Amino acid sequence: MSTTSAPTEPQAPDPLAPDPRGRAKQRPGDLWFSGSALFAGSMILATLAAVAFFLIIQSIPALGAGSDEASLISTNFWDYVWPLLFGTIWAAFLALLMAVPLSLGVALFITHYAPRRIAQGLGYVVDLLAAVPSVVFGLWGILVLAPAVQPVYAWLNQNMGWFPLFSGDVSATGRTIFTAAIVLAVMVVPIITAICREIFLQTPVLHEEAALALGATRWEMIRMAVLPFGRSGIVSASMLGLGRALGETMAVAMVLSATGTVTFQLFTSTNPSTIAANIALTFPEAFGTNINVLIATGLILFVVTFLVNAVARWIVNRRKEFSGAN
Amino acid sequence: MKISRIAQLGAVAAIAALALSGCASNEAGGTTDPSASDAPALTGTLNGSGATSQQVAVQAWTAEFQGANPDVTVNYDPQGSGTGRESFQSGAVQFAGSDRAFKAEEIEAGPFDACVEGSDLVEIPAYVSPIAIAFNLEGVDSLDLDPATIAGIFAGTITNWNDPAIAATNDGVTLPDLAITPVHRSDKSGTTANFTDYLAQTAESVWTYGSVEEWPIQGGEAAQGTSGVVNAIKGGQGTIGYADHSQTADISSVNVQVGEEWVEPSAEGAAIALDASPLAEGRASTDLAYEIDRTTTEAGAYPVMLVSYLIGCVEYADADAAALVKGFFGTAISEAGQEAAAAAAGSAPISASLAEQSQAAVDAIK
Repeated sequence: MSTTSAPTEPQAPDPLAPDPRGRAKQRPGDLWFSGSALFAGSMILATLAAVAFFLIIQSIPALGAGSDEASLISTNFWDYVWPLLFGTIWAAFLALLMAVPLSLGVALFITHYAPRRIAQGLGYVVDLLAAVPSVVFGLWGILVLAPAVQPVYAWLNQNMGWFPLFSGDVSATGRTIFTAAIVLAVMVVPIITAICREIFLQTPVLHEEAALALGATRWEMIRMAVLPFGRSGIVSASMLGLGRALGETMAVAMVLSATGTVTFQLFTSTNPSTIAANIALTFPEAFGTNINVLIATGLILFVVTFLVNAVARWIVNRRKEFSGAN
Repeated sequence: MKISRIAQLGAVAAIAALALSGCASNEAGGTTDPSASDAPALTGTLNGSGATSQQVAVQAWTAEFQGANPDVTVNYDPQGSGTGRESFQSGAVQFAGSDRAFKAEEIEAGPFDACVEGSDLVEIPAYVSPIAIAFNLEGVDSLDLDPATIAGIFAGTITNWNDPAIAATNDGVTLPDLAITPVHRSDKSGTTANFTDYLAQTAESVWTYGSVEEWPIQGGEAAQGTSGVVNAIKGGQGTIGYADHSQTADISSVNVQVGEEWVEPSAEGAAIALDASPLAEGRASTDLAYEIDRTTTEAGAYPVMLVSYLIGCVEYADADAAALVKGFFGTAISEAGQEAAAAAAGSAPISASLAEQSQAAVDAIK
């Protein structure tokens, strides 16, 4: 191989050479584009800040309110919001528990196992699921899913009622928190699948081929090359799905029989409501300080989503050096 | 290149101009010429807000009123009774729809910015709707229940269908050994307020929670809206719940004990129950607020019903608003208006005597 010899650097600065510290000449198009990109980026930050500001300002009257100022509160604000927060997190947790493995399976099937044509068709159908409005899911939940799963709940309650999650008076209509979690899982699967699909396709082919060349089976190859590489992407996808599950309003409001009890039982009629569903149900007839109370519950949801995302990011960042991305 | 860029800009400007010119000029701008109060040529905009229960009926009345007076626009914002009353007091709207009339203390305290200082209020019960207690029990088509039993079921003290209290009033009906699932509203609702008022008045010892807009107990099944409750009742076995009668046509309802009889839910029964109730005391003659007597033993009365009021001023600060409100309220209580509301919302047309009294109140608006 021949190396090109670099020209010798001038010993003294040549007055005719371009200033090494100077910028390249900026054309109007460049300025316009970088300016609008900067504007778009700061708009997102500004919108987020504006929403946070609105939530905080509107919540302040509610945080110290008692039952004479706001008829929704019986003792104090935290007693009002705690069952809702519990319900939100519990329903979202159950939904993710069902959705993430399913989405990973679908994404892996589409990227690594399915023949090309089936993979494209399946991908298209999963994306179509994301286009269904939440209200339709709510209607489907009440009219189809709840009556269908109610016999399963009754059977589990009768035969495995010793297990704390299955105990209690089983619901006659099937409109329980577990049904709501199933509906949420169905709504969240397309989001996680779509992103994971793209992530898995980005795995360096060399890594995959190296694993296969060393004698790994297809599943071992996926476990060694694809999943570690895509770990941060899977967490991102799950966080997006979690965001939707935490904030889902109409489907939960329609499907869930919410009575405000804090309980882990999955199959009873007495379930905690979620923050978003509670706002949807209570806001139409709320006035005065009650509206501030509802907005304050929205602020709590905002903070919780923020925290969960931050924790997830931190977990992923800790292991960044060891991920297959490097 | 330059020509095409100018052409692009020109095209964008032309499209923008075309799109913006398509926006209709704002119609809402307050009333225009003051016309005679019952001349057919009323014009202007009438704003109201309040109860969601009346929403469909108000739409029917709006259609009638706007049909007779094509230059009038009526806007009704179903924000809920509480918000409606607040907006009316602050003068933001000219009339309110409310599931309960203003209390005497509230009228004393005021202020009512849409009205002239010291003016009385016009409160007419324009919307009366029966609340059916519907159930879904296989093999049972009708049930006769007395108030104490109904209260026990909904309070959670009676938990099984073959309870002796239910069997006592239903001779010859085989009641299965099945748990009762009482269904209630998960949202704040005037239907709940009226139903719990019935329970509180007729079975005080069993139903100790009084009349409330939000269900007070943490048991039973909760559903959103009237259609939610109806679907929940239909979707389960052994369910029982309360919902507006217009939407429970295809499920069985409870016959409620009134005196010695068992009365089934009907629009006429609700109207009879309202007529059998006394007016609230100490009110102006234009203020037809009723103290609904749910313990009435009047023949044929069905006391489990919801009454919703239309509220306005006797003397308006704005004479044009007075003319519009007078016309609208007149349409609402007219026979045609009540028939239209009955057809659209399943409400009970008010009786002739109540219509007369209401008309007298409406005529006083100026």
